[in-house]
Amino acid sequence: MTAYVMRRLILLVPVILVVGIVVFALIHLTPGDPAAVMLGDRATPEDLARLRNQLGLNDPLPVQFVHWFGGVLHLDFGDSLFIGEPVTRALLDRVQPTLLLTTYAMLFQIIIGVPAGVISAVRHNSIVDRIVTVVAISGAAIPTFFLGILLILIFAVRLHWLPSGGYTPINEDPVKHFKSMLLPSFTLGFSSAGLLARLVRSSMLDVMREDYVRTALAKGLPLRSVVTGHALRNALIPALTVIGTSLGALLGGAVVTETVFTIPGMGRLVVQSIARRDYPVIQGAVMAIAMTYVLVNLLVDILYVYIDPRVRLGAD
Amino acid sequence: MVATTSPVAESFALAEGVRPQRRAQWLHSLTGNPVTLVAGVIISLITLAAIFAPLLSSHSPTFLDPGIRLQGPSDSFLFGTDDGGRDVFTRVIYGGRVSLLIGVGVTLASAVAGSLLGLLSGYYPRADSLIMRTMDGLMAFPSILLAIAIMASLGPSATNVFISLAVVYTPTVARLVRSTTLVTKQQPYVESARSIGMSDKAILLKYIFPNGISPLIVQCTFVVAYAIISEASLSFLGAGVNPETPTWGNMLRDGQRVLQRAWWLSMFPGIALVLTVLSLNLLGDGLRDALDPRARKR
Repeated sequence: MTAYVMRRLILLVPVILVVGIVVFALIHLTPGDPAAVMLGDRATPEDLARLRNQLGLNDPLPVQFVHWFGGVLHLDFGDSLFIGEPVTRALLDRVQPTLLLTTYAMLFQIIIGVPAGVISAVRHNSIVDRIVTVVAISGAAIPTFFLGILLILIFAVRLHWLPSGGYTPINEDPVKHFKSMLLPSFTLGFSSAGLLARLVRSSMLDVMREDYVRTALAKGLPLRSVVTGHALRNALIPALTVIGTSLGALLGGAVVTETVFTIPGMGRLVVQSIARRDYPVIQGAVMAIAMTYVLVNLLVDILYVYIDPRVRLGAD
Repeated sequence: MVATTSPVAESFALAEGVRPQRRAQWLHSLTGNPVTLVAGVIISLITLAAIFAPLLSSHSPTFLDPGIRLQGPSDSFLFGTDDGGRDVFTRVIYGGRVSLLIGVGVTLASAVAGSLLGLLSGYYPRADSLIMRTMDGLMAFPSILLAIAIMASLGPSATNVFISLAVVYTPTVARLVRSTTLVTKQQPYVESARSIGMSDKAILLKYIFPNGISPLIVQCTFVVAYAIISEASLSFLGAGVNPETPTWGNMLRDGQRVLQRAWWLSMFPGIALVLTVLSLNLLGDGLRDALDPRARKR
């Protein structure tokens, strides 16, 4: 087990390095002089020189990279050009909404996806099974922003039940907080729930054919306790991987969802920073989100090995 | 299997002889599935509407006419008009051009680049770790975030959307092609080809690549769908195609601003988007079942 974790940690090094190089390269992909692009047309030569100096653009590229990457490893992403504060501060101010939105969406994914998949498998080929499959397939085809707009149209514009956007911090007013997060979290979690439901369904169908399930049914245990006590536990192991990888879709989707529902999170900051050409903020936010994704996936993989001894034996 | 001829001849027969028969089988299996057939028809209709957009509508997709702004769907304006008085139906069918063009273009580009990288990486162990570590690094980003980041640097335009999405989807194809290459490389007919002195290039193009083409085609239909959603998302965020160009994403962004008063502005481009992506996904499922019967879902 320790050897496996060590090997995974070593494999992480090139990934982080490539992510770093890509994010670093962003500023140099801009057409022309990055400093001129960031400051716009009205910049004086002095402004340009100052910014070039601040960003270290006069150094050779490898020196710039080492300098920048060294900062990143200390969670120092430089200063924002627009907000006038360190990028790390700006990100920390906006991390709560993004983190909570993604967490709630993941809860929705599990609460909807697992039961839907289980019912679908137990009632294989029934009407319920078909409905779950159709909803799951359509869910994957609805872009988050269109689903969000549809839900706003129904629950905010027509019914006036929920706000159409905005954000209330949880420590300020929990009730308002949950009301403001209900639509965005559902919107974000819905398509991943469909994916999870399809996976749980197929892995449940596999498990239900196993000898130990047949034995349990044959000795007269009720279906319900065979499903929850024997089958589900094993069927959920592969689901763990899907939950882990769909975090990428959730974190990416959060950028879009925050924009639809005007939630002041990291994703919305990225989108706003594009128009402001605030590259240090874009770099910092993209780096932070990618790192979160990489680390959570590592945790999921380790958890997977921990839960399923068969994988552990193969890995050691 | 009974070996009646030499092993070399037999393995060549295996590689080439069975193909025509298999093709007939999958075509039959594909057209026999009503869901796939309907999905195929819908995709064809949307494509035809996009190509022949000027014949289907006499309105201009960009001409502003404030006199008729925000009119609901009616006989003269099937999908209503937007806040600039432009016909929404016309803009939806013209918008399909951008979506489909970018979807197909991105898929072709990432299929070519991904196949090349995947073949090299699967065939030459020396190239493997450099290529695959780079691909792993690119896949460490949530895909839409990487696309947004690249667009932030390049600036909004259709060409840049194409470039950024091609970069985003190449690693998925590369991984797939690498895995089929690793398997095919071990086959006796590849060894035979190598032993009679065929060059690596010929082996890769003649034996290894064609063997991985079925899963690649299936993957490509899904990439078209992902790319179309991503293009629309980028445009919706204002980081995609030029905001003046009619695209489904741009229309949804404009529509959300007047959602309280004019639902049709968001609804119709959204439905077009969902129908396209849904049909592509169903088509992909059907193709997978037809080309790889083992993966057929229960």
